[in-house]
Amino acid sequence: MMKVIMGNHALSYGAKLSRVQVIAAYPITPQTQVVELLSEMCANGELDAKFVKVESEHSAMAASIGASAAGARAFTATSAQGLALMHEMIHWAVGARTPIVLGNINRAMGPPWSIWTEQNDSLSERDTGIMQVYCESNQEVQDTVIQSFKVAEKVLLPCMVVLDAFYLSHTYEPVDIPEQSLVDEYLPPFDPPYKLDPDDPHTFGSLTDAKWYYELRYKIEVAMNKARYEWKKANEEFENIFDRGYGLVEDYKCEDADLILITSGTITGTARITVDILREKGKKVGLLKIRVFRPFPIDEVRDILGSAKKVACIDRNISFGHSGIFFAEVKSALYNLSNRPPIWGYIAGLGGRDVTPESIIEIVKRTEESDKPEELIWIGLKR
Amino acid sequence: MSEAKKIDWKGVDDMPEMAVSLSTMRVNKTASWRNLKPIIDYDKCKPCGICWKFCPEPAILLKEDGSPVIDYDYCKGCGICVEECPRKAITMHREER
Repeated sequence: MMKVIMGNHALSYGAKLSRVQVIAAYPITPQTQVVELLSEMCANGELDAKFVKVESEHSAMAASIGASAAGARAFTATSAQGLALMHEMIHWAVGARTPIVLGNINRAMGPPWSIWTEQNDSLSERDTGIMQVYCESNQEVQDTVIQSFKVAEKVLLPCMVVLDAFYLSHTYEPVDIPEQSLVDEYLPPFDPPYKLDPDDPHTFGSLTDAKWYYELRYKIEVAMNKARYEWKKANEEFENIFDRGYGLVEDYKCEDADLILITSGTITGTARITVDILREKGKKVGLLKIRVFRPFPIDEVRDILGSAKKVACIDRNISFGHSGIFFAEVKSALYNLSNRPPIWGYIAGLGGRDVTPESIIEIVKRTEESDKPEELIWIGLKR
Repeated sequence: MSEAKKIDWKGVDDMPEMAVSLSTMRVNKTASWRNLKPIIDYDKCKPCGICWKFCPEPAILLKEDGSPVIDYDYCKGCGICVEECPRKAITMHREER
């Protein structure tokens, strides 16, 4: 059924179609409608799930961990300061190997207070071990929630579905909401190998000294590596049933491109149109969208960028004292290739500032005209 | 409710994904970091239960007659019982290992 819905509700429908059993959440702009709609669905019986109202995001993740450890499919959602407050519990969710799906609406961190989009909130969770997927459209948001449960439950790691504040969260787009029976065919019930059960008691996460902690960390990395394969497989199965899909990355007109742009989130849509505009003018420009950020799609990035003459990465985030975060990740993935393209790093759109086709044309022009790669270029800075 | 289980494994390939039943607290004896050991002088002790109430572990158990016994598998040697005993019947001694 096609329905015109906001990005936040795409998260809600994704969770509903995944038959989540526990939702624990605390409201924060711009995430509020995600859990508002889910609470309505729980109240009117449309969704057979327990909605737990908690006093903070820390508790929201803690309650989700408890639910998931007990064998329930758990969902939560947040933004910015809320995600930062969850941080400790995200480490716990990873170590406890609870496949919770978390919707995060990218919102700039304060101060100064901002409610507009920027990726520093989610990217600050980079090293926790939670998977991260950056979405471009409301359709992709809904579908990614369903795919995330599929992958998360296979590898026993939590997953964060990430979307831009307002550009997606509050923007209405047509979304194909599939039949429940098709989603049920795709996503079987959650059946963890161990769960909290009084009839089969185990301790969970108890004191573990250096004798085994190291091996448990290794197993998280093994799971992340397995997730690369599981994301591909989950997407193939998704395509077979729903006739649409998304890779770990998407390459657009990259095959013969001299210059490849790298984007994530909603800047991708703008960049795709800009590539078309530039192609009409005879410029060989391509686009690489990075969708799955953790696990990082190293092979895909190497394959697609290896043949380019120049690469320009656009980051709506910054690791202060270094560079854009996607830039650093891509550069790191390419480093051990014998033939690697030079890469320019651009910071754009922080705090929700518009990134327009004109901004992207400026980025392409500057990269074309430059002989030596620059690692930290601020686009549209007012001087 | 049945007894908590312990799972056996050889190494990283056959162990559970998560820290599940790596051991229970019955196996994880946490007293190894004790430097000072409380010892009850039963001649002075007039079993009042105050040490039992204050022990944060709890590593003081009460026998049927109400007299306290320190569980040295779990006592971390914090000394709270020494501080709280109204008859000064508990004293700390250097741990000999």
